[in-house]
Amino acid sequence: MDHCHNNLTHIDIPEGAKKIVLVGNPNVGKSVFFNALTGLYVDVSNFPGTTVDISHGRYGKDVVIDTPGVYGISSFNDEETVARDVILSADLILNVVDAVHLERDLFLTLQVIDTGIPTIIAINLMDEAEEQGLKIDLDLLEDLLGVPIIATIAVKGKGVSEVKNRIFEARTGIIPSKLKNRLESMMNRIGSWGEALLVLEGDPNVAERHGVPPGELREEIYRDRRYRVNDIVNHVVTETEEGATFGTMLGRYMLRPWTGIPIFALVLYAMYYLIGVLVAQDIVGFTEETVMQGLYEPVVRDFVGRFISEQSIIGTILIGEFGILTMTVTYVLGLLLPLVVGFYLALSIMEDSGYLPRLATLVDRVMTSIGLNGRAIIPLILGFGCVTMATITTRILGTKRERTIATAVLGLAIPCSAQLGVIAGMLAGIGTKFIAIYILVILLVLGITGKILHKVLPGESSDLLIDLPPIRLPRGENVLKKTVTKSYAFLLEATPLFMLGALIISGLQLSGLLESIQVALAPLTEGLLKLPKETATAFIMGLIRRDFGAAGLNDMALTPAQTLVSLVTITLFVPCVATVIMIFKERGNKEGALIWLSSWVFAFIIGAIVAAFVI
Amino acid sequence: MMTLSQAKRGQRLLIAAIPNPTIRAQAIRFGIAEGAEVECYEKLPAGPVVIGRGKQEIAIGRRLAENIEVQPA
Repeated sequence: MDHCHNNLTHIDIPEGAKKIVLVGNPNVGKSVFFNALTGLYVDVSNFPGTTVDISHGRYGKDVVIDTPGVYGISSFNDEETVARDVILSADLILNVVDAVHLERDLFLTLQVIDTGIPTIIAINLMDEAEEQGLKIDLDLLEDLLGVPIIATIAVKGKGVSEVKNRIFEARTGIIPSKLKNRLESMMNRIGSWGEALLVLEGDPNVAERHGVPPGELREEIYRDRRYRVNDIVNHVVTETEEGATFGTMLGRYMLRPWTGIPIFALVLYAMYYLIGVLVAQDIVGFTEETVMQGLYEPVVRDFVGRFISEQSIIGTILIGEFGILTMTVTYVLGLLLPLVVGFYLALSIMEDSGYLPRLATLVDRVMTSIGLNGRAIIPLILGFGCVTMATITTRILGTKRERTIATAVLGLAIPCSAQLGVIAGMLAGIGTKFIAIYILVILLVLGITGKILHKVLPGESSDLLIDLPPIRLPRGENVLKKTVTKSYAFLLEATPLFMLGALIISGLQLSGLLESIQVALAPLTEGLLKLPKETATAFIMGLIRRDFGAAGLNDMALTPAQTLVSLVTITLFVPCVATVIMIFKERGNKEGALIWLSSWVFAFIIGAIVAAFVI
Repeated sequence: MMTLSQAKRGQRLLIAAIPNPTIRAQAIRFGIAEGAEVECYEKLPAGPVVIGRGKQEIAIGRRLAENIEVQPA
């Protein structure tokens, strides 16, 4: 029995404390209950071996653990695996259910009940159900499920304290007798009702943990469960009126290309204003220049300088031009962090409002032509923020093949926000024709790279199959929490990479290699790209920070045509060291090396082609 | 036999067969088991088909829709 509790080793659970686990479909308002139970002191920890973060806190002497929103307990993706393991270790489950979508949500509810773990249900969004003309017979539902049900409107605080007070009334619900008999016959081998259920449903990981072959009954159990859900819904829900609400109609308009594309353009413009103008100019100007370079760096230089000379090897590494304590910290905290927060804020709003899955649907057609599906829009959008962050996000994609394509496209053709600012500034000065050529070339490279990879990579990409949740006004608290959690996770994962990157560059600089690369590159830039040989230096600087590279070009006297060629080349040129390390980490050495080398080659070949035409 | 990709907007359909077992399991969770009656809410040009029952909406990529067999309800 003990082995099923090993999944939560990273969470400190005091002796005798009960594990209260929150379970629900995505966006049903679980977090309000989590916050109400735990109060202010909450820990967020990464679930070992995944990118999934789960929050946990205390309710009295007991531990409350949140789970990612899922549609069922199984292992179709990382989030489900994590939710599955947390749920299986629970002593008590609080299942939050969306009253408007009982048909969808009750599938998970019945599965939770089938695990035999004591359960209590908060049936949330009762006001929305009423607005949409849905009447739910809660007494009957309680009888049919066999567990206590509390009607709530979490955002208005209605029913929340009742859930808190009655949480220990959770009890084991009604398990259909056919399933019950099957589970009972497995108890002597498996020892836990919930784990037996998952084995029966053919979950490969749980079966392996118990050293038994996975069962083959998923289909049958799922089907029976679906019939029960439909039957229950038919009995407890009465629809008093039908007709599309404003939210439903808006949701449809987001999907139809004629209205969906203008809406997407509007959203992009809003994002550009939030991130490109507010964050990149005003906030970063303050955090990077005033705070980090103005206040922080002199203090660190002075302090470290007391012990080690800045000219010594260690001094150069720590506080030199590309120092770990100077440039890296400034870059990560002063420049990247505000931008990353901005991007995650925008993304969380899009996610919680229900827009993101509709956008994924809208762009699915285009994405499938490069071997991705609509969901890949998420890493691609994030790439304009920070390619390192976007590379981490490729993990949400369904297959290895899609992750490779997305990573390659990101590494090659998506300019991150750090360089985008400088690039946009330089583009502004070279005339509409050249701007159009620049955008066209980059899009062509993106499309062709994706298409080629789609052709040559073996296997098949996964298809789009997503729930379109209702359009809702996102809740500030939720959006902020998501933004903070994701930004923090990014800092934690990316900072060491940026430090390692700075270390490598300092090493190259100290050993004189940086200079040799510049010298070796010079004939290439002069001959192929028809640019002054100093541009080689700018390209090399781009290895450290993409904006250094772009800014280096900005300082040179280039003709508009030369500017175009250099911008195309530097956009396509290899991503910064931190991204490269992340690519190697995510995609392995062979693929990483291939992606890295091909961006050198592509950047110069395509730069040369453009140069041949315009210079 | 008709596939979901041939459905028209507003048409009511019965899901007849979903060949891929993983997709089938995921679809059951969303309420579109074989035998379920759904409505085609939207169809994007050469893109995904959006189907649903009541307030539940699901977007299905075109290639996947081509593999789901349906009957007019």
